[in-house]
Amino acid sequence: MTRAALATQQLETWLAAHGRKDLLRFLTCGNVDDGKSTLIGRLLLETESVPKDVLAAVERDSKAQGTQGEKTDLAFLTDGLKAEREQGITIDVAYRTFATDRRRFLLADTPGHEQYTRNMATGASTAELAIILIDARHGVTPQTRRHSFITSLLGIRQAIVAVNKMDLAGWDRSRFDEVRKAFLDVAAHLPARDYHVVPISALLGDNVVKQSPEAPWYTGPTILELLETLPVDASGAARGPFRFPVQLALRPSHDFRGFAGTIASGRIRRGETVVVLPSGRTAQVERIVDLNPNGVPDRDEAFAPMAVTITLDREVDCSRGDTLVRNDESSSTGPESRPETRPTLSDRFEATLVWMDETPLLPGKEFRLKHGTCETTAFVTRIISRIDVTTFQSAPAEAFKLNDIGRVELRTARPLVFDPYRSVRATGSFILMDRISNATSAAGLIEQSDIGRWLDPARGQLAEQRSSVTSAEREARYGQKPVTVLLTGLSGAGKSAVARALERSLFDLGRNAIVIDGEAMRAGLSRDLGFSAADRSENLRRAMEFAKVLNGSGLIAIAAFVAPQAETRARCKALIGHDRFVLVHLAAPLDHCRTVDPSRIYRQASEGIVRDIPGIDVPYDVPTDADLTLPSHELNADTCADRIMGLLRNKELVI
Amino acid sequence: MSPASSTTPTASAAPHSASHSAAERLGHLDLLEAEAIHILRETVASYERPVMLYSVGKDSTVMLHLARKAFHPGRVPFPVLHVDTGWKFKEMYTYRDGYVRDELGIQLLVHRNEEGFRQGVGPISHGSRVHTDVMKTVALRQALDLHRFDAAFGGARRDEEKSRAKERIFSVRDPQHRWDPRMQRPELWNTYNTRIKTTPPTAPERGESVRVFPLSNWTELDVWLYVRREALPVVPLYFAKERPVVERHGTLILVDDDRLPLNPGERPQMKKVRFRTLGCYPLTGAVESEAETLDEVILELIASRFSERQGRIIDHDGAGSMEDKKREGYF
Repeated sequence: MTRAALATQQLETWLAAHGRKDLLRFLTCGNVDDGKSTLIGRLLLETESVPKDVLAAVERDSKAQGTQGEKTDLAFLTDGLKAEREQGITIDVAYRTFATDRRRFLLADTPGHEQYTRNMATGASTAELAIILIDARHGVTPQTRRHSFITSLLGIRQAIVAVNKMDLAGWDRSRFDEVRKAFLDVAAHLPARDYHVVPISALLGDNVVKQSPEAPWYTGPTILELLETLPVDASGAARGPFRFPVQLALRPSHDFRGFAGTIASGRIRRGETVVVLPSGRTAQVERIVDLNPNGVPDRDEAFAPMAVTITLDREVDCSRGDTLVRNDESSSTGPESRPETRPTLSDRFEATLVWMDETPLLPGKEFRLKHGTCETTAFVTRIISRIDVTTFQSAPAEAFKLNDIGRVELRTARPLVFDPYRSVRATGSFILMDRISNATSAAGLIEQSDIGRWLDPARGQLAEQRSSVTSAEREARYGQKPVTVLLTGLSGAGKSAVARALERSLFDLGRNAIVIDGEAMRAGLSRDLGFSAADRSENLRRAMEFAKVLNGSGLIAIAAFVAPQAETRARCKALIGHDRFVLVHLAAPLDHCRTVDPSRIYRQASEGIVRDIPGIDVPYDVPTDADLTLPSHELNADTCADRIMGLLRNKELVI
Repeated sequence: MSPASSTTPTASAAPHSASHSAAERLGHLDLLEAEAIHILRETVASYERPVMLYSVGKDSTVMLHLARKAFHPGRVPFPVLHVDTGWKFKEMYTYRDGYVRDELGIQLLVHRNEEGFRQGVGPISHGSRVHTDVMKTVALRQALDLHRFDAAFGGARRDEEKSRAKERIFSVRDPQHRWDPRMQRPELWNTYNTRIKTTPPTAPERGESVRVFPLSNWTELDVWLYVRREALPVVPLYFAKERPVVERHGTLILVDDDRLPLNPGERPQMKKVRFRTLGCYPLTGAVESEAETLDEVILELIASRFSERQGRIIDHDGAGSMEDKKREGYF
């Protein structure tokens, strides 16, 4: 065998064992004096990741500065910048890579100084695991609580707690147990995750890579064993719902139009139907183009976090900042597919901000917001609270200073397609950028959508005002049970006409009903609202509150609203009460509605005068839980009203 | 095939098909590749005039290949710029023109500091410090200003040198191209803040620009394994061969042309050497090696515990020297 062939054979053998290692991204957090840099230096040294010439340079430098006497100061391996070497502290996030036979590691070394919370959040944003250092002599400090909180907030589910300097604590088991218990007591206040507490001496190397002879009472794994064996959630994103933020539309020639981007979550197959958000247009995935320039066939499937180029089977309006998601209906055909949650489309949401700018946050100031590939203008409408990261308590706040963390309400100029951060990291996160300095002012984690107002802000603490008339008395007098009939359907489906016909039928029967429609609401109660998804949702909420008052007085409410979102309709039902809520879907198809176009809304949409029209450029979720579905393009309003009357009689709501 | 690539040993293994299987998880090379492509696309989407700094080395080759992938089936939507000091190895020029320009058809810009050239600035007459400053740092600034590039890709990796470990992926430079390690922006998730203060193309003063490092998280070994997987041709100097060298201060210098003056009594010796890193030939040390093929090079690397920058003389000018150079605008 030739030398070259032998080398190839040897390399193939090596690659079989090492060629497809996992990649674990983790971060270390600790105080300046907890010995964090020493721990990292120890890990690098003992995994033989330090080149000999670098080690020689470090030995030279540490002798010259004498920080560890005659010994080599391992911290010099990581303290890269001159300024920090002179000050003896790490001032910024440094990224290191090292490998063992089992894994590749990418380590974010983040400083523990109080003023550098932002660096820790930065390191944590891409990490899957955190090492939290505690000095055995000092135990759990406010900094420890800060590190625990921030890593938890950023979604890190695995934490190694290294109780360091055990040599200086005499390898005292009871001291270790004390620190361990104190830490776990703190951790109990945070969302559950896995903790692994290890007694170590980074300086001497005990329990970092090799089991310590000093602590026979500790039989658990070393730091490196944990790093090598704890599950890596690298494919976790691939199991989520499909989210594809479009980075670029590629159009190199007339016969190719592809959408380039990185799959943020989930997986997609050729032939599946996707929805372009926010426009709501659907199309089928025609190709998942392999990116190899040497003419490799297409892929059948791709998943997060691959960078891919997708082509669709028809021309749809789609560009940078749009998001492709899977269409639920199309996915239910496959054997292993399951319905996926739709992301939220809204220009108003709540988020937790990590404030990273010297300039404090004041509500109302405009920022540029970057969410995935979408950049827009945004402002904080309200600061809800600031969180004390050492006590985990929230308190009202007027402003955020550098390194503050708290909850806010935001509004954006353009609606975002998002998920809560805890469900999908990639589509639940954003940054705020200062419009003048361009600094990254904040990291944002989306908590919820525009549902805030639907929730009871008083959390049931307001005393209910009891009426002097009982509902039974009202029912007896009016001959009806008070219900809210919500007529949902596209604009032009005949909702208002059916509402009037139903009102007439009920009145003729001697019953008492009141119609609430969108137009009437906007003329008065909702005069302050626009037509964004969030404002539509709020308009409907107000209508439902009004309907609830009517129902409380014994009257039937007939509400005619597009109500395009299934989630919002579910909230209507919850607000009114399940036994008082009747959902009727007027199912005239879009083509019919477009022809009728009573409010000329489709014509205006086609002329680009109005936007966000359900069925056109925002989705209309077809109800799957309607009490009655009527083909309102085939039936006239009176017939529809008769069918609804029949339903109300069957349910014994009117006599 | 151009002469450059036909003389270049390439991978013997079938490279890409393995990543086509419906594997549940991606290997670390796939993850690094996806990250780099994301960065390349994000840059093109965010800037008016991007450019790729192309040093002809293996990292540049990998970066260029990633760019071809990122925009496939379209062409690479930006030029590549080679800052030519005039002192590169001959084989680098052959490879650059044969492979990058002719075979790949990439738009190649070559810039030389003409004033420095007229003054005869070179590593031998002026020393490494002055040569690097005038012919590399100043020349790069000139080229970026001349074409008003607002984003420049570089192939730097965080594992190369300590000061690079703290470098951001999108690193803002002031109008004088200076880097301020204290003014770095936090980078969260893969949501990059690409905003800079720009000036209109007609304005006399320049705005800020960015350096973008798609290979930040790669190691030297990753680069080589990727070269193998994707069957990329590289400059043959990476492979061991009998070459004429002289030994100076423990470093083996290739006698690449007759511009290298020999000391009295000094005679070039034929030694089997290769290069781990490529730069200006009088400033780049060779290592003695038997690794004639890519697989042998990779095996040698796996077995070694030396960092590749040790062959570069400019980094040894003093502790923190790379950091000083970067502050002044060296890439």
